Amino acid sequence: MLVAIFQNIINALQWGSFYALIALGYTLVYGVLTLINFAHGDIFMVGAYIAFFVATFFLTTVGVPGWVALALTIPLTMILTSMVGVALERVAYRPLRRKGANRLYVVITALMCGLILQNANLALLGASRKAFPSMITEHVYNVGGVIFTDLKIAVIVTTILSFFALQKIVTKTKVGMAMRAISYDKFAVPLMGVPIDNIIVVTFVLGSGMAGLAGILFAMSYPILDPYMGALIGWKAFIAAVVGGIGDIRGAFLGGFLLGAVEIMVVAFFPSTFRDLIAFTVLLVILAFRPTGLFGVAKTTKI
Amino acid sequence: MFRRYSIQLILVVGGGLLTYVAYEELLNLYTLSVLMFMGVNIILSTSLNLVNGNMGEFSCGHAGFMCVGAYVSSILGVWLFTKDKVFGAPILDPEWALYAFPFIILAGGVAAALAGLLVAIPSYKTRGDYLAIITIAANYIVISAIENIGSIGGSRGFMGMKKVVNAMGDVVDLPWMPIWVFIFTIFCVWIIRRYVSSTFGKGVNAICQDEVAAEIMSVNTNKIKTVTFMLSSGLAGIGGGLFAYIIGYVNPGSFNILKSTEVLVMVYLGGMASLSGAVLSAVIFTIMLEALRPLQIIKWVVIPLLLIIVMQFRPEGIMGNKELSDIFPWMKRFYRFK
Amino acid sequence: MNNSNLKPDVQPVLEIRNLIQQFGGLKAVSDFNVCLEPGGLIGLIGPNGAGKTTVFNLVSGFYQPTSGEILINGVNTAGLKPHQVTGLGVARTFQNIRLWNDMSVLDNIRVAQHGKLPYGFFHAIARSGRYQSCERQIEEDARELLEIFVLQDFADEFPKNLPYGTQRKLEIARALSSKPSLLLLDEPAAGLNSADVKELIRLIRWIHEQFDVTIWMIEHHMDVMMELCTYIKVIDFGETIAEGVPVEIRNHPAVITAYLGDDNI
Repeated sequence: MLVAIFQNIINALQWGSFYALIALGYTLVYGVLTLINFAHGDIFMVGAYIAFFVATFFLTTVGVPGWVALALTIPLTMILTSMVGVALERVAYRPLRRKGANRLYVVITALMCGLILQNANLALLGASRKAFPSMITEHVYNVGGVIFTDLKIAVIVTTILSFFALQKIVTKTKVGMAMRAISYDKFAVPLMGVPIDNIIVVTFVLGSGMAGLAGILFAMSYPILDPYMGALIGWKAFIAAVVGGIGDIRGAFLGGFLLGAVEIMVVAFFPSTFRDLIAFTVLLVILAFRPTGLFGVAKTTKI
Repeated sequence: MFRRYSIQLILVVGGGLLTYVAYEELLNLYTLSVLMFMGVNIILSTSLNLVNGNMGEFSCGHAGFMCVGAYVSSILGVWLFTKDKVFGAPILDPEWALYAFPFIILAGGVAAALAGLLVAIPSYKTRGDYLAIITIAANYIVISAIENIGSIGGSRGFMGMKKVVNAMGDVVDLPWMPIWVFIFTIFCVWIIRRYVSSTFGKGVNAICQDEVAAEIMSVNTNKIKTVTFMLSSGLAGIGGGLFAYIIGYVNPGSFNILKSTEVLVMVYLGGMASLSGAVLSAVIFTIMLEALRPLQIIKWVVIPLLLIIVMQFRPEGIMGNKELSDIFPWMKRFYRFK
Repeated sequence: MNNSNLKPDVQPVLEIRNLIQQFGGLKAVSDFNVCLEPGGLIGLIGPNGAGKTTVFNLVSGFYQPTSGEILINGVNTAGLKPHQVTGLGVARTFQNIRLWNDMSVLDNIRVAQHGKLPYGFFHAIARSGRYQSCERQIEEDARELLEIFVLQDFADEFPKNLPYGTQRKLEIARALSSKPSLLLLDEPAAGLNSADVKELIRLIRWIHEQFDVTIWMIEHHMDVMMELCTYIKVIDFGETIAEGVPVEIRNHPAVITAYLGDDNI
């Protein structure tokens, strides 16, 4: 019984890690722009594909050992994925923002960007799934009946570390301060001499970088890639971010792990087809009791 | 006299023409089905526009309600009028199919309206992006629930509606599906226009623009939200029912978030809170979808790209929040859209 | 206005007893009492953050009081939602104008009669006889009100395009369209220039005479208050520090201290 509990906890932490990493990207962009970047799930997918190409390049074309390839793939993928995110912001979102379009038109544009990423991928690379090359050999450990791999632990640890790094950036650095300031008042901040567009670019770099990281880790854990892998996981990560309290990175982190835990628990006790049904119902109930999420602060209307 | 009834006259003539053309098979089946999907899309986009445009909420789970309507009216029709593996012999004489059909579709609408409560009740306390999440979750919940009911096919889908359509044709030999789609499309636009142009329905706009002021100025915001959400989801259910009978087959997968996204696109392409914009963009979108069909998979790259470009040039949609009659004042003599 | 000089047979428009409102540790309103008899024109003043708007929010049902009673035309408003309170005959304006900016001026007036609509959704859809006659009546009333306020030329205009002073006027017109017995004006002169303020004084006095309505207003322009009000209540930090006729208030030591600070510090 205890073994099963620990086993499920480890599984939940690993599964929640992906949600948490992606939710962090949603929440960063939302916090700064109040924009639901619906393309974010697909940026995660693009990250996984970029990791695929980069890793294959290093392993087969250059022919370096696996751990070198991994050490090179992680930063390179994160950089390239950030560039995709920034490109979307520059090409699609910024012009609309400049024109003062209704916020929801930017959201729809984001949805469209997501569709383009998915289907362009499908058109370019074909419908066949890609198998991710293995860079390191996984070791399976068995501690008192609880089975886990070093990769699983690495995923969890990486997620927690990147959360703390992000938290540090947002709370302690000048850029982070500017990001939080914009989320409070985006009209006053430019008047204080803060280059708002640069800060937004930094936000997209951070968010998409996290999605890229999630892409690598996901591809290493589940080494089959397909163009639609980002859609469902992206929507769910968004929901996780909202349940945590969108705009708050602690909330996104916690929400991601919470969703992971709920899904793993449902699968442990019910047929797996009930996963979405029960997971979403639980989230609805949470939102019913805390309408602005776990960490969200209720907006008080002043009259 | 002529002017007063001109719009009714145009509709009757148009409907008659459509029936004639369909009856004589002057249009091939493909064009006819595109026209029918256009009708369904008009229903979907105008009904979502009620919530997303007029009320200013961001509902992204419209396909969920469509799904409820589609399943309820399909099951009802198949159960009542056909011999089916699951439900056994028909309950009623198939001759009644024609007369019962509108009620079957309406029943789907009523069921979807009740499902709308799933979103309406949280909306009392929750607004904006948090409500958006609830709508997405509602969409997933509906689909997931149906996938888990094995007796109606689960994720494999449900069929048998063609037999009901054929039974209608056996009663009176007319192309019934185009006729019903036409009638329900008109019905839907007509209801929405009457709703939003009444003082009662203008409360919806008041909520959108300033909910606090609306509540303090005596608008019962919870009631208006409930009515609006239920009306919107109910009409989506009607659209879903028609969709099911046009295709003759439903499965939960065809009502996923992607379908909701399509509807969202139609609403924002047309312009928020513009009824004629919603109709127009549904027509344009359907035509675009069909015209680009030869591109196959690239279609879904080209369409979003086109939409992004359109939004860069018209960041408030085709019509903004205006109606056709605002842009072409001569139309006011015949019809006021609001 | 005090309990003492209220005739026993007159039903007070508004009666507030021992009203307390607490936000966390902050006591925004403490032990507030008032009794307004019909036809008064009463003022509520106090320094910024004194809790004046909170009192109005409590009366209009936007907040539920921590304790105490609010009776409007004899009905206790405890547990009522704002639209129900409005239905009892209260209407208000807002410190920062809150018009529905993307609805025509005429529609702004029409929607304010929402609470009195005798028809519901199905009548609206069916365009029943009741609907027709009711809509005609509403439109007639709305146009008449606009004419009274000399706003008829703006009927199809959007409020956001109107000058600030006109928006203030429209907001008052909108409040009156629900035919209230108590009108709460929250800083109606805020942001107006002196010419507009003079016109506002005339307008409020005229409304008070023309419409059968009790007016209770918050205002920082002392000249407006001194000229209009027959009775003034002063609060600071949620506490009532003085009340009386304008002349008394003008020279009340507690009021002077609250506004100008204590000489002894």
